[in-house]
Amino acid sequence: MRPSPARREGSPWTGVWAVFFKEMADHLSSTRMRILEVLILLSAVGAVYAGARTLRQTVSEDPFLLLQVFTAAQEPLPSFVAFLSFFLPLAAIALGFDAINSEHSRNTLSRVLAQPIYRDALLWGKFLAGLATLALILLALFLLVVGLSLLFLGVPPSTEEVARALLFLLATLAYAGVWLGIALLFSVLFRSAATSALAAIAVWLFFALFWGIIAQLLAQAIAPFDPFQPESELRQAEALLALSRFSPNTLYAEAIQALLNPAVRSLGPVLLTQLQGALLGSPLPLGQSLLLAWPQLTGLIALTLLLFALTYVLFQRREVRA
Amino acid sequence: MVIETQGLSKRYGQVVAVEGLELRIEAGEVYGLLGPNGSGKTTTILMLLGLTEPSAGTVRVLGLDPVRAPLSLKKLVGYLPDSVGFYGELTAWENLAYIARLNGLPRAEAEGRMRRVLERMGLAEVADRPVSAFSRGMRQRLGLAEVLLKEPKVVILDEPTLGLDPEAAQAFLEMIRGLKAEGITVLLSSHLLHQVQAICDRVGLFHRGRLVLEGRVEELAQRVLGGAYRIRLEAAPLEGLLERLQALPGVSRVRPEGAALRLEATQDVRPQVARAVLEAGAALHSLTLEQPSLDEVYSHYFQEVRHAA
Repeated sequence: MRPSPARREGSPWTGVWAVFFKEMADHLSSTRMRILEVLILLSAVGAVYAGARTLRQTVSEDPFLLLQVFTAAQEPLPSFVAFLSFFLPLAAIALGFDAINSEHSRNTLSRVLAQPIYRDALLWGKFLAGLATLALILLALFLLVVGLSLLFLGVPPSTEEVARALLFLLATLAYAGVWLGIALLFSVLFRSAATSALAAIAVWLFFALFWGIIAQLLAQAIAPFDPFQPESELRQAEALLALSRFSPNTLYAEAIQALLNPAVRSLGPVLLTQLQGALLGSPLPLGQSLLLAWPQLTGLIALTLLLFALTYVLFQRREVRA
Repeated sequence: MVIETQGLSKRYGQVVAVEGLELRIEAGEVYGLLGPNGSGKTTTILMLLGLTEPSAGTVRVLGLDPVRAPLSLKKLVGYLPDSVGFYGELTAWENLAYIARLNGLPRAEAEGRMRRVLERMGLAEVADRPVSAFSRGMRQRLGLAEVLLKEPKVVILDEPTLGLDPEAAQAFLEMIRGLKAEGITVLLSSHLLHQVQAICDRVGLFHRGRLVLEGRVEELAQRVLGGAYRIRLEAAPLEGLLERLQALPGVSRVRPEGAALRLEATQDVRPQVARAVLEAGAALHSLTLEQPSLDEVYSHYFQEVRHAA
């Protein structure tokens, strides 16, 4: 019997776990991973040290002490969160930039694709393995920081703090997924691993350094500030925010701001009239904070899926032969 | 019919890689896809495996359409690409284990098969060494071991002897001959015609994406070279021999080649030639019947094509 022409035979997931476990084993035993592990350790110790030093100087009562460890910075050390948003894209790029093109250059691609699997399985397996490795790195980092801060501060975290910290972990993973998607896309797009790494780092630099400036210039052009119209200032601020939200860095920064700081009530400009009757400084419940960060979280996940879909389409059309 | 194509074509933009290919390969045959580099051999192979989609025409391998039923097809067909690559940092055993998992073989069964194919390819002692330390010949054998791992019905080999020294190439061809004995259908491609002509039951010669000649090697020689029997003769003195031999029945051409003569004949005329030489009063130094080589067939054919054009 011939299958109907519209449908592919068998499951696209055939072999995905074989690829996953092989890639995961490769990642975990690679030199890259050793380097990342050293960075993890250094960053965890640095973050806790900085956080604890800051916190010991404050004497007021704070129900969210653990979350402060993540966000408190002490010159010259950056906060844990600032460090993560800097370090994770690089880690994701390091794990993904040569995913497909290295199979090409090692002449293993045609051999692997001659096995009874679809191309989907190779791509999914590699993506999931990269994500799982990043999750492993993150979890190690997170547990180190929590454990060390328990030792340094001696205050056990509350249930809500743990829940917020876990959500923060999830948001961070989604953010890492975006960069893994970019790295994977470039690994299909460029035949040379060096070009692909360079392109991915260029995108990262663009969003980390230049997009903020470009967004400002664009916002000024779209909504010029008119000193006789106070409303124009608000419009410009809103345009700037909308533009800067094209960057995954902004989305991530906003999401964790809402999740880690319960006092944050809005991620955009707030008018004085909107604050009437609000108890400033009082924390939002977890559900409300999550609601606040929800668009940013879905944005990050959607961006990851979009990048993956694009990679998938490109890879399906790619000729196998070198 | 194990492999069957109808009007198979592949175009990359303006460039025609394969055009109107009609290929029929029977079960248990060793078929050689021969031709110079860039004549469409690899493209044809990729289309047979469903790794490249044809622009036109149909393919059936074991009755399956590579585009619609790639999974069950690739379970039955082993493929050894040209310039085969492995994961250098993994051992031979780990490389095979990955392929076994991709094929969904249960662990116990996979280990048994891996041990057997490594043994058969003479790689059992180096199974735990990283592949990056392997020579070209060992890689090629590991490639064949991987192909045999799934116990295929059809094996497709792309340039299997490329980059091997003559001895290793001969040994490798011997292994391919062993597959035929097991009833496996073999399709191999090569541009080294003289190397593979000995093991192919039938060959197809490619030129610019078209299959221009097909058949048994002797048949092709008969068809293209005219006289299938080529006799080389050394005698002294040569004077007058040429005309005398030309007059023999069955001899189609005689041409001098240094101190020797080369005859083309429609049958084995060695006894008559010997008698003619002796009757002419010359001394006969050697008289050999030469096997027609594919290289000759090929270059001869394309000379004719060029002359015709």
